[in-house]
Formats: sequence, structure tokens, C-alpha cells
Amino acid sequence: MVDFGFSLLKARQINYDHNDRSIAGYIYEREPSFRLCIECGGCSATCTTGNFTRFSLREINILIKRGENEEVRHEIRKCMLCGKCTLVCPRGVNTRNVITLAKEAFQKRGINAI
Amino acid sequence: MQFDPFTIPFDIGLYFILIYAVVRCVRWFMDLSRPDKLRLQRGFFGRAFGQSIREIFMESLIHRKILKSNPRLGYMHMSLAFGWFLLILFGTIEADIFGESHLNAPYKAIFFKFFNPEHGSTGFEAFFAFLMDLILAFILSGLFLAVLKRFSSKVVGMKKTTRLKPLDKIALTSLWLIFPSRLLAESFTSGTYGTGSFLTGSLGSWLASFLPAEQLAYPFWWLYSLALGVFFILLPLTRYMHIPTELFLIFARNSGIRTGDQTGSYSEIQTYSCSSCGICIDACQLNFSAGITNIQSAYLLKGIRNNDNVNDIAQNCLLCGRCDKKCPVGIELTPIRMIRRRIGETEKEKTTVLKRYLPDRKNIVPVKSNDKQVYNFLPAVESEKTDILFFAGCMTHLNPAIKNSMIKILNASGVKYKFLDEKGGVCCGRPLMLSGQDKEARELINYNSKLIWKSGAHTLVTSCPICYKVFKESYYLDVEVLHHTQFIKMLIEDGSLKLNFLRKRVVYHSPCELGRGSGVYDEPKDVLKHVARLEKTDFEDDNSLCCGGSLANMKLSFRQKSKIAHDAAAELTKGNPDILATACPLCKKTFSSATETHVADISEIVAEAISLVQIKRNSGKKYFSIKESADIL
Ligand code: SF4
Ligand code: SF4
Ligand code: SF4
Ligand code: SF4
Repeated sequence: MVDFGFSLLKARQINYDHNDRSIAGYIYEREPSFRLCIECGGCSATCTTGNFTRFSLREINILIKRGENEEVRHEIRKCMLCGKCTLVCPRGVNTRNVITLAKEAFQKRGINAI
Repeated sequence: MQFDPFTIPFDIGLYFILIYAVVRCVRWFMDLSRPDKLRLQRGFFGRAFGQSIREIFMESLIHRKILKSNPRLGYMHMSLAFGWFLLILFGTIEADIFGESHLNAPYKAIFFKFFNPEHGSTGFEAFFAFLMDLILAFILSGLFLAVLKRFSSKVVGMKKTTRLKPLDKIALTSLWLIFPSRLLAESFTSGTYGTGSFLTGSLGSWLASFLPAEQLAYPFWWLYSLALGVFFILLPLTRYMHIPTELFLIFARNSGIRTGDQTGSYSEIQTYSCSSCGICIDACQLNFSAGITNIQSAYLLKGIRNNDNVNDIAQNCLLCGRCDKKCPVGIELTPIRMIRRRIGETEKEKTTVLKRYLPDRKNIVPVKSNDKQVYNFLPAVESEKTDILFFAGCMTHLNPAIKNSMIKILNASGVKYKFLDEKGGVCCGRPLMLSGQDKEARELINYNSKLIWKSGAHTLVTSCPICYKVFKESYYLDVEVLHHTQFIKMLIEDGSLKLNFLRKRVVYHSPCELGRGSGVYDEPKDVLKHVARLEKTDFEDDNSLCCGGSLANMKLSFRQKSKIAHDAAAELTKGNPDILATACPLCKKTFSSATETHVADISEIVAEAISLVQIKRNSGKKYFSIKESADIL
């Protein structure tokens, strides 16, 4: 193909009907405080892992809620469980439990987080 | 030959339990690892033997530790255990001296009165009868307390009593019946023959005055024998299994066997040694502050014994170690909980009665995580050479005041050091470990180890007790690890740090990971005494409280955590001190929002006390640049 220096973008709409939001459900049920997240990004700003790599808990929270699990699965084990995010969260979200439950949910379906 | 058929239930029970105990012990011994077997053998034939005998006497019979922590509960346990022991001992001696022959079968000692109803009227015999009555009264007083405790645990000074299963109930009933039926049987016999001392004698003659004592005695002897037999046969299925198990445990522990980090025979022995005394339940803040009453160690052990899925119990715990330190049996509760965290979820196994008498050997393979490296995004290790390293840790970075105070102290004392995670570092690995993810934790540990090793430092100072514990225990490094309170104490002692005395009243909260977790109790207090007036609280050293913020618990809600923090802070600040001092950035953060009292880390107090002269002399410009940056923060 001729290289014009640009290409067509892939379709970017999210189809909620096709997304699997059961991981989010699993977490809501066991850690109700997950619902309180306002996606402020406080957690990502302080994150120990985020200091070294592109890892954002805020983004993960959004992705889980949307049911875009594949991306979450690739990211979530990078967390070091250090607990800084829990301490800074203005909404009192028990963030470490959210992460742990997400991993657990993946594990229960036999598709370990990577 | 004296014999009567009513002794048969007792005989069956007794020989059953003796043989059973031997079989179980042999199985436990066989399941020990090779080094542990050697340890036990050496312990059994060495000095540990005497120690064990003494401990068995003091703890299994007298129950010294329970007596110390709760006299009424202790008396209850002691009167039952020690009293029963004395009853058997003197009963055997009595039967030996006064019986028809020497070296009698056990039943003759137990049912001595039945076979020698006329014994005990004069002289030495009467003295012995008096002694036996006294012991029986001693036991009955304890039993009375035990019955009361079942119905209202407040009687023995406990807040909660342990819950029971049906078989436990039958065993408990038979245990309760043993001594009253003995009392009545002996009384009726004494009443008939006009013998017996102050207890059985008087009760007997009184009962005989309006009841047909002669006819009634025999059924009660049957009841006594039956109660004993049933109790012995059910014993392995109930919590009373702790009686024989604890003896084995004491020998094993004195021989130097420890839990370690794998399930095995020793942790199984410990789970069966729990007497359900309930002391761990009373000690637990989740119980008395947060109202969570199903996760305490007594329930954990019970769940493990019943092959339940105990993952939720194991996870919902602060790992504060309060129960561990208070358990009178000395069960290593924290390591056992950590093992269960590593194991994770398990299937509940169906058990048959036979299986409960002889449980399978348990070999639970921990859930495997996939073998991919997780933290391969971390940059290559680079370290500058230095002698002393300062590692603040994640939590300290959330507390700039502590970080800046440490920098001020280090600069003022003029030591040469490098700040390892000045621009933010990698987590020490302890939080992952606490959640049972050892493999991931190891990756972080290896990364940090390389950093430290490459710096060539001989001393590593950290401000966070969580980091301190993992550096000390799980990093295999050739450096001296110091918590900053220990380091500050050294600086004060060798004169490099000159401090003013602050006219302030301070109480000290000992952080779990530093105090109970690592045994550092004195240095922080010594430092505080040096700079301020340290006052005592009701919760010192081993008995200190948890702030509730523990990273070990991910299951607590925000509200429950803050309830624990409020309660703990209220207890500590009862005397209205000027400062609630602690030595952990996480404790500081948790307490700060839970009390009106000023909360400060020891480093902050010390930094405030540094004399100005010294700052100028040792650090000059450097300090002021830091001060400026602190002001901006
Ligand atoms: S800090 Fe709390 S509220 Fe903000 S994005 Fe993170 S989890 Fe959500
Ligand atoms: S616990 Fe995980 S997500 Fe939270 S700050 Fe630490 S590394 Fe980041
Ligand atoms: S674990 Fe220890 S303190 Fe708790 S009930 Fe058992 S023996 Fe008592
Ligand atoms: S370690 Fe602490 S929180 Fe956990 S059960 Fe024991 S006393 Fe309770």
C-alpha cells in the first residue's frame, strides 16, 4: 500500500451490549465502595507503580466498569499493593480490594490476569 | 478380685483414648519433616525434656498464663485440670495404700469408694478422705464457674464465649456430669455406711435422711462411669482433643520446632491444641471495636480442623499479632494465618465420623500464579556508593513531614548517607506478602536487594516498620537494618545529635509491625524520654493496640477502619497528652484523622528538638534548602 503518511483510524465506539461486565459485578457485590469512585485520578497520581510505567488505577476502574476486561487483565498485576492509593482516595474506595477482587474474578474463570 | 459391670464404660473409654492418643502422636511424628524429627528426638532425650515437663505442669495443669491475664477464667481452667489431676493422683495413692492390693487397675482408683465403702472413718484414712473431698470441692467450684460461663460469659470476666457444635455439646454435658455424679455417688455410698468427710459425708447423711441412699448409689456410680466413658470416646471429635495434643505441642516447641511457612504436622498439632479459651477473641479489636465476631483465631483454627474454606476468615484480619501474643497455649497464630493466605480458597471437604477420628494428611498445594514476570517494567538498577542508606518507603512519602524531619536529623548529625528512594522507590514487598502473593513479592525484594547491594552500604535506615520487618526477615542482605528510632538512639548516644528537652507530655503508640512484629519496644521510648515527658498508657508493649490502618487487611470497610482508629486513639489519649507519638507513617496517618490530639512521628518530635547551633554547624546551607522545600509543601 502506498504510504501517505497517515492511515484510517480503527472504529472506536464501545458496544456495551457486547462487553462483559460480570467482572465489575463481581467486585460491586464484594466491595460496595467501588461504586463510590468518581474517577478523580488521585490514586493514579500517587501510585508507586505509576511512577515507573504507564499504569493508572483510575483508568483500570473505568475499564472494569465498561467491561473492557482484556486491557484490565494485561495491566492489573502491575500493582504492588503498596496501599498509597487507598490512603489518598477522597471517596474512601478500598482500592486494594478492588484490584485483588478483579484478579480473583479472572482467576475464577481460569483466565489468569497476565 | 473386686469387679462390677458398671466400670465397663469407663474402662472402654479409658483404653480407647490411651491407644488413640498414641496412634495420633505416632502419626504426627511420622509427618514431621526430617530435621524436625531429629529436633524432637534430641529434645526428648535432652534438656528440653525437663523444660517441657515444667511447662506442662505450669501451663496445662496450673494454667499460669490464663491466671495472669484473667484470674477468674484461670481459676476455672486450673480447678478442672489441676484438680482432676490431683484427684487421679491421690486416688491412685489411696487405692494403693488402702486397697486390697498394690498396683491396681485404674478403675479401682477411680471408683475406690464403691469398692471400699467403709474406708475413711478414722485416723489416717479419715485424713485421706478429707483430702479427696477437698479436691472434689475444688473441682466442683471450677465446674460451677464453667457452667455459669456457658450461660453468661461475663461471670469469668470474658466478653465472648466460643460457640459450640452438637458433638461438642454432648461431650461438654458428659464432662459436666462427671463430677456431680461422682459427688452424688460417693455421697450416697457414704450416707449408707456413715463414712465420708466434710463434703460427701455431710451431704450423704443429709440425703440418706430422706432418700433411700443404698438403692440410689448404684445408678449414680453407673452415671459416673458412663459420663467418663462417653467423654473419653468423644474427646477426639471435640475441642477437648486439645488436652492430649497440647502435651505433644509443648514437647515439640521446646525441641525447637517452629511453624515456618508451610502447612505440615506442626501446624496441624497447633490447630488441635487450641482449648477455645476465648482469650484471642477478647483481645481482638475487630471484635471489640468493629463488631466482627467470626474471624478470630479460635474460629480460624476451628475452621481448619473442620476442613472448611477459611479464606475469608484468614483474609479479614489486621495481623496485628495481639491474639498471637496472648494465646496461653502459645499457638503461632500469625504464621498459621499467613499460611492460609498463601493457600487461598479451598473446597470444603465432606467428612465422615471415621475421617474425623483419623484425619487425612493434608497436602494443600498453593494456587500457582502464572510464571510470567510481573514487574519487568522496572528500570535497570543503578546505585551510588554510600555507607548509610535511608529508605523512606511508600507510606513515608505520603507523610512529607516525616521525610523532611528525617532529612533534617540526618543532616544535622552530619552522617554521610544516600536517600535511596528520594524520587519515589519500589514497594518493599511486604504488602504483597501479607496478601499471600509471595512470588510477586520476591520480584520486588530481588529488585530492591540489588539496589541496596550495589550501593555497598553497611547500614539501612528506614522510617516505615512495614519495610523494616520485611528488610529484616525476608531480604537476605549483609547490611544492618535499623528503624529510624533505633538509628536516632544511636546518634544520640554517640553524641552526634544534641537535642533540647521539649516541655511536652507524650504518650507512645507502639506500631504492630515494629513492636509485636519485630520486637522493637524500647528504642522508640528511650528516644522519646530523651526529648519529652513520656507518659504511660493502658496499652504498652505486647498489649499495644492496632491503629486499624493495617495493610494486612483489605476486607475492612472505611467505616470499620475508622471506628477502630477512633477507639484506639481515644484509649491512648485518655490522659490528655500534648502529643500522641508513634513510629510508623501509616499509624500516624490513620490516627491523625481519628483524634483531636496532635499526632506525630518520633522523627518529627526529635527534629523539633534539635538545637539550632547544631544545625548550623553540621549542615549549613543544605538544611535550609530542604526547609524551603518543606515550606513549599
Ligand atoms: S482516588 Fe478514589 S475516587 Fe479517585 S479515581 Fe482513585 S479510586 Fe476513584
Ligand atoms: S496499591 Fe497499587 S495501585 Fe495503589 S498506589 Fe500502590 S501500586 Fe498503585
Ligand atoms: S487460639 Fe489460643 S487464645 Fe485463642 S482460643 Fe485457642 S488457645 Fe485460646
Ligand atoms: S491478629 Fe489482630 S486482628 Fe487478627 S485475629 Fe488476631 S487480634 Fe484480631
